[in-house]
Amino acid sequence: MSNAIIELNNIIKKFDGETVLDDINLSVKENEFVTLLGPSGCGKTTTLRIIGGFETPTSGEVYFDGHLMNDVPPFKRQLNTVFQKYALFPHMNVFENIAFGLRIKKMDERIIEGKVSKMLELFNLKNYGKRRIDQLSGGQQQRIAIARALVNEPKVLLLDEPLGALDLKLRKEMQNELKAMQKKIGITFVYVTHDQEEALTMSDTIVVMNDGIIQQMGTPIDIYNEPENAFVADFIGESNILDGIMHDDYLVEFLGKKFECVDFGFGKGEEIEVVIRPEDLVLTEAGTSPLEGIVKSVTFKGVHYEMRVVVSNFEFLVHSTTKAPIGETIGLSLTPDDIHIMEKGE
Amino acid sequence: MKDKTKYFSYPYIVWMSIFILLPSFLVLLYSITTKESNGITTIQFTLDNYKMFFNNMYIYILWDSISLAALSTTICLVLGYPAAYIIANANLSKRNTLLFLCILPMWMNMLLRTYAWMTILGNNGLINTFLEFIGLQKLNLLYTKGATVMGMVYNFIPFMILPIYTALSKMDNGLIEAADDLGANKKTVFRKIILPLSMPGVISGIIMVFMPAVSTFIIPQLLGGNKNMMIGNLIEKLFILNGDWNFGSAISIIMMIIILISMSIMNKFDVDKEGGARLW
Repeated sequence: MSNAIIELNNIIKKFDGETVLDDINLSVKENEFVTLLGPSGCGKTTTLRIIGGFETPTSGEVYFDGHLMNDVPPFKRQLNTVFQKYALFPHMNVFENIAFGLRIKKMDERIIEGKVSKMLELFNLKNYGKRRIDQLSGGQQQRIAIARALVNEPKVLLLDEPLGALDLKLRKEMQNELKAMQKKIGITFVYVTHDQEEALTMSDTIVVMNDGIIQQMGTPIDIYNEPENAFVADFIGESNILDGIMHDDYLVEFLGKKFECVDFGFGKGEEIEVVIRPEDLVLTEAGTSPLEGIVKSVTFKGVHYEMRVVVSNFEFLVHSTTKAPIGETIGLSLTPDDIHIMEKGE
Repeated sequence: MKDKTKYFSYPYIVWMSIFILLPSFLVLLYSITTKESNGITTIQFTLDNYKMFFNNMYIYILWDSISLAALSTTICLVLGYPAAYIIANANLSKRNTLLFLCILPMWMNMLLRTYAWMTILGNNGLINTFLEFIGLQKLNLLYTKGATVMGMVYNFIPFMILPIYTALSKMDNGLIEAADDLGANKKTVFRKIILPLSMPGVISGIIMVFMPAVSTFIIPQLLGGNKNMMIGNLIEKLFILNGDWNFGSAISIIMMIIILISMSIMNKFDVDKEGGARLW
């Protein structure tokens, strides 16, 4: 609790009797970049809206800086939100949009001028102050939405899929810009996205959600390398998920063959699931690896080839910079490190 | 494709020409000719009809019409805006009921509805009967300016509520949340976001109420009585009773000019370039 700026304790949210959030516990540290990641309808936006004060939890507590915030309306909370559709005020120009929060606080006109100009400069929008909102591109609108929130110097910035409407190239640029800005100004970001790559690129901590439940919480590397269940494995990047049996510590069997692995602590003979990332499988000549299969399809993806290789009824997804012709029998080699064991889901 | 679709507009253009442009032209023609012109050969142009209007009595009637219409429009706005706001913020089923109630009176003939008010306001009407019953003095309600204003507000208020409702209901709730998020309390959100963004609806409403109100003749005739004449009554009287089409036309043209000027002034205030809430 020492440096946690936001704490969610046992949050349950029901809409018309339907449970949207089921017992969410989350703690966000100061200056952390936390991403809520999950498919649409998983409850990530609702979680954000509860933090922002736009929804009240059915039960559970929301703490901000150690204070209970359940019944505090949004306008009294020391955090600001960047909305999915930006929600810029169409009847005000860029300057007035950014100045909105400052004017509410009845700040001196000169101070407002200074702060807004600084924001416009920071976002490379120096000469755009007098522009109308509908004269701006999506990327510019998005930056103004962030500027409008940041100018109030909130302790926490909530971002609800702010890059969703941008094209791929601009999105990548903005990802880097956002991350750099977060480091520079040193405030806490709570970021909602369904884009796993975005989450991996930007976050200090990723919270993977599905069906209103937190599936896994951890650093991007942990989440990617050690998914706790099939949902996380599948959602974070592509993966091959196979049924297997744990024979002993460091020894797993799948597809009728035994492999050395790095996992331990499972029961002997316990049924588990094995996750293998497509990029960890290496193409070899037939006969050199226990896994042998027939190439079913090859698709060029730019950086790599995406291949489907059938090994005794299981279709492996393989990413490789080299390719093998369709129909050829090849070997797939992997190291113990590449085998991730998960407890079997329902 | 594009060229062919324009033919669909031809019936409308023909309709407009016959029923809008031609009558307007005839009104204009009557207003600038003398009574003695009986045909093309004897036509005599004059501006006397216009000159005649600039007489204290007529100016007073014009001023009266404009001020009564303005008062009715103001009352419609003061009552209609909160009503539209309540409707726009009600849940779906309630909203439809309220809208229905708002439109329902329009299904009845306006004349009939105005007659109904006569029986309510009359000397032996509903209100006075009630006042007498509880031992109070009867009030002189009917045939007053107040009754005229009352009748106009009653008849035209849906035209104020509907455009404001449209403007309010199409407003993005995200904007309100954003303002809330930036520290604005409910009052400030209304003042800085909701009110300015609903202005196009307010302007449409003002125009939609003011225009029929300033030119109505049924309502002042039935509820205002003979002493409270409005410009519409004057025009009607000139055409029907006096048979002075030329002077009647001149006043109609003057009214048209006044309405056009007030409309263009109102449109200046209208910042909404999309024109979503406007009815034209």
